Amino acid sequence: MKQRLIVIGAGMASGRAIEHLVQAAPDAFDITLFNAEPRGNYNRIMLSPVLSGEKTYEQIVTHDDAWYARHGVTCRFGEQVVAIDRAAKTVTGENGTLPYDKLIFGTGSNPFIIPLPGHDLEGVIAYRDLEDTQAMMEMDAGRKVVVIGGGLLGLEAAAGMAARGAEVTVVHIMGHLMERQLDEAAGYLLKKSLEAKGITIRLQANSREILGQDGHVKALRLDDGTDLPCDLLVMAVGIRPNVALAQAAGLAVGRGIHVDDQLCTSDADVFAVGECVEHQGAVFGLVAPLYEQARVLAQTLLGEQAAFMQKSLSTKLKVTGCDLFSAGDFADGEGRENIVFRDPARGVYKRLVIENDRLIGAVMYGDTADGTWFFGLIKDGTDIAEMRDTLIFGPAYQGGDTADPLSAVAALPPEAEICGCNGICKSTITDAIAAGASDLGAIRATTKASASCGTCTGLVEQLLQVSLGDDFVMPTAQPVCGCCDLTHEDVRRLIKSQELKSQEAVWQELGWKTRNGCHVCRPAINFYLLADWPLEYQDDPQSRFVNERKHANIQKDGTFSVVPRMWGGITTPQELRAIADAADKFKVPTVKVTGGQRIDLLGVKGEDLPHIWADLNRAGMVSGHAYSKGLRTVKTCVGTDHCRFGTQDSTGLGIKLEQMLWGSWTPHKVKLAVSGCPRNCAEATCKDVGVICVDSGYQVSVAGAAGMDVKETERLADATSEQEAIDLTVAFIQLYRENAKYLDRPYKWVAKVGLDWVKARVVEDLHERARLIAAFELSQSVYRKDPWAEHAATAERYQPLADLTLEAAE
Amino acid sequence: MSWIDIGHIDDIPLRGARRLKTHLGCVAIFRTDLGEVFATADRCPHKGGPLSEGIVHGQSITCPLHNWVFDLNTGQAKGEEASIPTYPARIVDQRILIDATQLTAQSAA
Repeated sequence: MKQRLIVIGAGMASGRAIEHLVQAAPDAFDITLFNAEPRGNYNRIMLSPVLSGEKTYEQIVTHDDAWYARHGVTCRFGEQVVAIDRAAKTVTGENGTLPYDKLIFGTGSNPFIIPLPGHDLEGVIAYRDLEDTQAMMEMDAGRKVVVIGGGLLGLEAAAGMAARGAEVTVVHIMGHLMERQLDEAAGYLLKKSLEAKGITIRLQANSREILGQDGHVKALRLDDGTDLPCDLLVMAVGIRPNVALAQAAGLAVGRGIHVDDQLCTSDADVFAVGECVEHQGAVFGLVAPLYEQARVLAQTLLGEQAAFMQKSLSTKLKVTGCDLFSAGDFADGEGRENIVFRDPARGVYKRLVIENDRLIGAVMYGDTADGTWFFGLIKDGTDIAEMRDTLIFGPAYQGGDTADPLSAVAALPPEAEICGCNGICKSTITDAIAAGASDLGAIRATTKASASCGTCTGLVEQLLQVSLGDDFVMPTAQPVCGCCDLTHEDVRRLIKSQELKSQEAVWQELGWKTRNGCHVCRPAINFYLLADWPLEYQDDPQSRFVNERKHANIQKDGTFSVVPRMWGGITTPQELRAIADAADKFKVPTVKVTGGQRIDLLGVKGEDLPHIWADLNRAGMVSGHAYSKGLRTVKTCVGTDHCRFGTQDSTGLGIKLEQMLWGSWTPHKVKLAVSGCPRNCAEATCKDVGVICVDSGYQVSVAGAAGMDVKETERLADATSEQEAIDLTVAFIQLYRENAKYLDRPYKWVAKVGLDWVKARVVEDLHERARLIAAFELSQSVYRKDPWAEHAATAERYQPLADLTLEAAE
Repeated sequence: MSWIDIGHIDDIPLRGARRLKTHLGCVAIFRTDLGEVFATADRCPHKGGPLSEGIVHGQSITCPLHNWVFDLNTGQAKGEEASIPTYPARIVDQRILIDATQLTAQSAA
């Protein structure tokens, strides 16, 4: 006799289970199917192609009325189940009660709606069912949409609406898109592809509230106060298993309905399948495990042995033109090794994660052809020790090719600027090569490229090699470090010409061979990015050496030194008292007067730093940046204030310069001095910039040294006014910031580019001088601030994370 | 193994480190760009530099004093005959767990 089977929910998992049952044993069950939606089973994961117009709803219906009729499934669609009596074994729907022998929950999941103010406004939807999709299909040209959530579903929704012409902004709380499936590098490439489709992506963006007008959504307001106007707001931030009915029926429920390996719940006659279940702590959203559950459930109901096991999953995004693939586990764990491959020319990124000679994870972007092969290796646990060296090139390519170091240059568009001094773009140079220029000298003679400051020489040589191949013998240039093939000068040029504004962009577009650089290149890249894109790029403390990260100098015993700023070397009794009090309070072992006219407190413990800073801040003092690749001090003499020989107010000019320049980051440290007369008591002629006051004005000289090398400054220009002296100094510093190699002091940089080249820009070309000053001021709008005050506010970061000696004692 | 919860993953900056005080001296807990955590002795065998103040790159740490580079998996120094002790650490539900078997040994004695 037939068993009575009731299924609650007509979704993809329960639908697949019914298919298995009616195929394997058409006479075993008398099936009744409840569904709250007024329709049967359709292929939910194909809603994205419906949204983008590539498919119609009719094409994604899995089971139509005829199918249910043919297999004798009684359909109660559009009817809610109101109660389940497990003792009596009955299910009560809105239209009456039915008895069952076996019961299946296929109640699926609910989209999570963030309870932001305004979430109940009209026009705020999730992306879950056909109704949501239809609402999104109305978003065509001229309509504005905001999607909250940069995961799989959110991005498919965004791309679908963008394809219909809507203006779409994706707001994502994390630092990169699809962070559960992709690493930062692949996330960066995905963002680039989506932006090319006209979608605006806002990362690390927190939503604060949804604004409405007449009950309809009008805009999304972010935490930073930005309003994003929209006609429709889609929340795609995740799903929650729908367990309400199971909970009411008294079944064991956690995040989802608890099931064992046979999909059986805490009641032996009740089963659950699909997104509503929780199996060994995991819940499920992708289709592959759901289908596997359906198969196991059907076999169990038919009395066969079967067990559901969780397996590695792979993900693909259904957005045309965004080729990405991720599989297995590519994060969280020790003892794992990475193989990284980047091809900037093709926008390709691949990363394989290996543990114990087995592939356990893969992330790919741009070229995903080998995805299935890698996925197979992951699932099968194949030993890859033998093919490790060539693994990343895929099954067809076990020959052992290596990435082309020239591909970054080859990938540059023809209009990319190579020589910034003379405004020469790539095509001008390649045209010259085609016309017969076959070495650097010929390029310089015909195009002027690399004929001025020379920092683009490496790029021009690479272009020669790309164009001429073996006919051009490349001089050996020193790359930044083992992570890449480019010199510092090349990297700087490419960051500007390709508008690379994040570390991920640099790693990818310039073909970095490591995941995120090393201690040699990363501080340099961090500086180049913040110097070239002060507003767009955010300084990364974790890419700085300890002194700049801690805003104090580490000493050989692991303690730190603290140096408050004394503007122009001028202090007050009140400041001196505060310094003395701090030295007492924090038991500072050594107090020393520095060569830069200020006071150094040596031997401060790391965890005391924020507290000593707070004390010094209260007395009006700020960081002296005695630790930074930035402005250190401006040494002065007393000038006309007290000295009988002084010709100008050298102290006043020193203070003005220090207040103008403090807080700025530079390629290496920068020290200034201003002397009030040619007797030069401030020793200005061995500084990076030295000003000597004379009766007729100010002699501004640059590029001195008094460290590893000793070198007298060279005269940049004579200024007639104090303002002109300040302008020349600021313009020189900015030119240095824009062009020098990281860790080159100004004297080394000037020796490379030549003083004449510097003079042409800072002294002679008044437009360029004005641009440099404006660019410096823009950067200072971000960086002219006291880091101590900021860090004192996060004092807990300076304490140990935990103290196990205390826990053990308890 | 005896796993102790020592904090949330976000208590450590991305590509950064924090210190943990133990009877064996300070232990450095590192977080890589991919959210992996590693635990090693905080002290560089060269001149005692605090490794938790170094630069984390890939699965390596560079000592802040003289740029010795250590593999966080094995504790082996690159190009030097030296290594640092490593301790089991893992992430469960965003919490950092560390195996305290060795680190609290003294209290058991």
